[in-house]
Amino acid sequence: MFLYVFRRLLTAIPTMFVIVTLAFFLIRVAPGGPFNQERGLSPEIKANLEAQFGLNDPLWLQYVNYLKNLLHGNFGPSYNLPDFTVTELFAKGLPISIQLGASALALALIVGTVLGIVAALNQNKLGDYSVIALATAGSTIPTFVVAPVIQLLFGLTWMLLPIGGWGDGALINKIGPIITLSLPQIAIVARLMRGSMIESLRSNHIRTARALGLSDWSVVVKHALRGAVLPIVSYAGPAAAALLTGSIIVETIFAIPGIGRYFVDAALNRDYTLVMGTVVLIALFTIAFNLIVDVLYAFFDPRVRYD
Amino acid sequence: MANESILSVKDLRVRFRTLDGVVDAVKGINLNVRAGETVAVVGESGSGKSQTMMAAMNLLASNGEATGAVEYRGKNLLTLSKQELNKVRGRKITMIFQEPMTSLDPLYTIGNQLMEPIMRHRGLGAAQARAEALRLLELVKIPDPERRLKSYPHEMSGGQRQRVMIAMALANDPDILIADEPTTALDVTIQAQILALLAELQRKLGMAIVFITHDLGIVRRFADRVYVMRSGEVVEEGQADELFANPQHPYTKMLLAAEPTGRKAPPPGNAPILLEGRNVEVEFKIGGGFLAGPPMLLKAVDRISVTLKRGQTIGIVGESGSGKSTLGRALLRLLPSEGSIRFGSHDLSKADRSDMRPLRRELQLVFQDPFGSLSPRMTVGQIITEGLLVHEPSLSGKERDARAVEALREVGLDPAMRNRYPHEFSGGQRQRIAIARAMILKPKVVVLDEPTSALDRSVQKQIVELLRNLQADHDLSYLFISHDLAVVRAMSDYIIVMKQGKIVEEGPTEEIFGDPREPYTKTLMAAAIDETKFRQSV
Amino acid sequence: MTDTVVAAPVVGRSLWGDAWARLKANKAAMFSLYYLVFMAVVCVVGPYFVPHQYTTIYADYVRTPPSLSAYPKTEMIETALSDVVKRMRVDLKEWKQEGEQVFMTLASTKPIDERNVRYIDRSDTFDGGKVESKSADGLSMVVSASIKQQYFFFGTDNVGRDQLSRTLMAGRISLAIGLLAGVVAVVIGVVYGATAGFMGGKTDEVMMRIVDVLYSLPFIFFVIMLVVFFGRNFVLMFLAVGAVLWLDMARIVRGQALSIRRQEYVQAAEALGVRSRGIVQRHVIPNLLGPVVIYMTLLVPQVIILESFLSFLGLGVQEPMTSWGVLISVGAKNIGTANWLLLFPAFFLVSTLFALNFIGDGLRDALDPKDR
Repeated sequence: MFLYVFRRLLTAIPTMFVIVTLAFFLIRVAPGGPFNQERGLSPEIKANLEAQFGLNDPLWLQYVNYLKNLLHGNFGPSYNLPDFTVTELFAKGLPISIQLGASALALALIVGTVLGIVAALNQNKLGDYSVIALATAGSTIPTFVVAPVIQLLFGLTWMLLPIGGWGDGALINKIGPIITLSLPQIAIVARLMRGSMIESLRSNHIRTARALGLSDWSVVVKHALRGAVLPIVSYAGPAAAALLTGSIIVETIFAIPGIGRYFVDAALNRDYTLVMGTVVLIALFTIAFNLIVDVLYAFFDPRVRYD
Repeated sequence: MANESILSVKDLRVRFRTLDGVVDAVKGINLNVRAGETVAVVGESGSGKSQTMMAAMNLLASNGEATGAVEYRGKNLLTLSKQELNKVRGRKITMIFQEPMTSLDPLYTIGNQLMEPIMRHRGLGAAQARAEALRLLELVKIPDPERRLKSYPHEMSGGQRQRVMIAMALANDPDILIADEPTTALDVTIQAQILALLAELQRKLGMAIVFITHDLGIVRRFADRVYVMRSGEVVEEGQADELFANPQHPYTKMLLAAEPTGRKAPPPGNAPILLEGRNVEVEFKIGGGFLAGPPMLLKAVDRISVTLKRGQTIGIVGESGSGKSTLGRALLRLLPSEGSIRFGSHDLSKADRSDMRPLRRELQLVFQDPFGSLSPRMTVGQIITEGLLVHEPSLSGKERDARAVEALREVGLDPAMRNRYPHEFSGGQRQRIAIARAMILKPKVVVLDEPTSALDRSVQKQIVELLRNLQADHDLSYLFISHDLAVVRAMSDYIIVMKQGKIVEEGPTEEIFGDPREPYTKTLMAAAIDETKFRQSV
Repeated sequence: MTDTVVAAPVVGRSLWGDAWARLKANKAAMFSLYYLVFMAVVCVVGPYFVPHQYTTIYADYVRTPPSLSAYPKTEMIETALSDVVKRMRVDLKEWKQEGEQVFMTLASTKPIDERNVRYIDRSDTFDGGKVESKSADGLSMVVSASIKQQYFFFGTDNVGRDQLSRTLMAGRISLAIGLLAGVVAVVIGVVYGATAGFMGGKTDEVMMRIVDVLYSLPFIFFVIMLVVFFGRNFVLMFLAVGAVLWLDMARIVRGQALSIRRQEYVQAAEALGVRSRGIVQRHVIPNLLGPVVIYMTLLVPQVIILESFLSFLGLGVQEPMTSWGVLISVGAKNIGTANWLLLFPAFFLVSTLFALNFIGDGLRDALDPKDR
């Protein structure tokens, strides 16, 4: 197992390298630069800034320098928010995004799994149809519709929740964003769970368990559920990576100071270091969670052995 | 005591709601099981024999519904509450299934799965249950039971898994063991072992056994009484020996006569050699890749030589994984291989795809699975004339259609059906279509890869007869690959026995069946011998 | 052949025929199909029947709530009147309404120029301004005008544009983009996936490795890079968006192609000596079509959502052109004061997405009938 994890980490290095290289050159060939957006900077100041950040060096040298810094864990300064380094921006925003993302993921996994099981056990009955309807709604209505509707109903009409803002992480400020983030995830998890649970309940070894007169609890929970959660485990990896790195829609609509908005803003402003930092961060999360999922998988399924 | 009926099925009906409407699988049947006896429920696929027992055990799929009564010692199992039912199910009546590979939970150890029903039904503690589990594994003769308790199902062979299933079924000393085709998915030699084990356990423990099977050999060897089922109804019932000696219902008579009969005479000594393989070898790579080390090499076919004369049928016999199908494909150059292969004056061992193309019409192949081997979106006419597009491109559409009509007639199908699609045909009809596709090209050599294995016995017999007639009419040479000795014996004049990629024994059919020399061949024959004897007695 | 008389062949029912029959039996899917067609027709033809242009600004009707009855409402007449009068730089002494006509008495310290009446016609509320009578000194006059009847079923937006015509126009754009980018994604995905699936071996490995790398780059990164490259030209951009969404399609098609290649009917065709082209034509493509059609119906809503998402961020369709995403984004910013700006486009978008979803599910059940 150790060897396997080690090997996976080893193969992650070339993947990371390719991603960093690709992103670096892609953003650089895009027209424009960090200091020539309509900012009204005088040519001298612009030249100074560019010299200061080494933007006049040949591209390959900048690339090598960036890699060197990256290896030392240094993401560089932000060009557009000159008082901050990228690391500082992450230090401020990432905990907020992670809090929201992790809560939404936990909520989605719990609620989605339960709904999926309920649907599977009541296949083609009322409970099943309600879950299917809910799941269809959750995965069809886009986040940028759900979020303002929540604001409209809970914030403006019934005055139960604040319309937005972080409020130093007060619970009441998190409810709206977490619900918005988790709804589509609940829908996906419930659907996945329903499908895999139905398949699991139909499998031959469940028939064996029933034929042996085992209790419903044992049949459903011990034998059917354990096999059925495997697809959820696989799904949870990439989902976690995406959720924990922030959602631009939710953070924009609810005015949450997470890192979800950095990426788009940075790309539009050609804030190269911040774009690169975000890409690296997302890639790291993705790789890490995929690895965690694969390791978890081996715990759930004895047929999977890594050696 | 022996005459007491402990399980009686009364006017049982089973219906399934499907997309195409309601299907009646069981249409009001009655049957009885007495303590300690062995009852066989015999029928071909779709006869409702399995669904009867599934309904009795309340194991029907969710779209199924059973009416009538299944009474165990006076209690109607169909109306019991789940709790009450579970006091009978797994304790008094237990069941083993056809699919040993998937009937155990892959995520738990054998020990865990064995202990669970013991603890549940007998209320034993974990330590006692473990001791019981160990005893049961010994009872079903699993070697090294102590270690096996900690094994997962995927670490065991099919035969061993079926033994574990039996151990689980017998854990609580049941009155009735229902065995649903318990050996069908297993190799012949394993089949014999499992059946022997069941017979021995029944002597020892005295439970009643209900055999659900299509295999008359098993029925004859084990059953005291027999119910013959056909499309949801019991058409005949009676004591086994009486029923075999004097069948009443025409369907029973047909079933009994369904074993393929007849022998094939060898071709004349001066028949020319058509296809000859020398030291044919096929290797497969398994695994391997970046950072995973070099791949494992598996010799699927290990230096095998075959000589096929015109008009000859060579039967290639072996259990699953013996490499018999691989050999057949390698001889047709559908797989890369080492060694030399000659077809008439052509050297096939160096032929590439385009060299092979003109020869393909003379070297044809018929597959095992009549459902997978026909393209689902083409009409039957298109399927059987596809080869003509390649080999006789000058034919007009009308001429091709005429050839299709001719080919369908030859395999005994109504040519008016040529615009239908494969899913509209039964398994036997589909296999006829697949044969027509090969025959329309007028080939010289046909490799038949288990062409009858997926079919019911009665259909098997028809296909065997069809193949024999086609051979006689067109002077064909067959390479007949099968694990089914009865069919091989009826089809071939020469037999090659394979095991793990190597030839164990070869010779004329009568020699191999009459006087096998190698121990492996002997076990193989022993497994089939009862059937053969029985067939001669009919 | 001896007898040439053969019974006329029975026509079989193909799997496609079966699928169509099953789809027709699926009420949700059929209703969705009709709804989608209806929505498409309404969005394409509708704008010609709405009396307002989607770009016309009615300064008098900023953020007017939706109503089934005609505007202006009584209380609005007075505001509009005082507006007009202010522009005419005169005072309104009194006014009265008689049916569709208003009569106003104007006064000023200087003689009133009759040409000032044209200001009345410029207003969105009144029409046909006409001097009825004039005092001798010219310091006061009675002017009549007819009230312009306007209907704003969906209300108007922040600058006074008719929300109905904007929603319909937006629908045109959103649906067109969905279809366009969907087709692009399917074409690229099918070609790429099929090539990888057929070549197999090393080629397949390399091609799929590339897909894996593209997968691990944040999706939004691509989209934004494309926006940056192609500027705000929406046709180019959505070709590009389609070019990003092909990854899933490629994987699905490759998987299918690999599995079809392993099918016995393909082996049988090889044993007949059929060339690769024939195998692809007769065996692979017909069997690939099902999953491609299913995935396509699921891809179109994805594209529409993506377009809305980009427009929401201000990266997509640009004013005065509009799309459901643009409208929703405006609506989200004005939920406190004008919730109809959110609700109408959101309803159109969501109901269309639902319909597409049900059609996709219906197609999947019809083409791949494993009971649910």
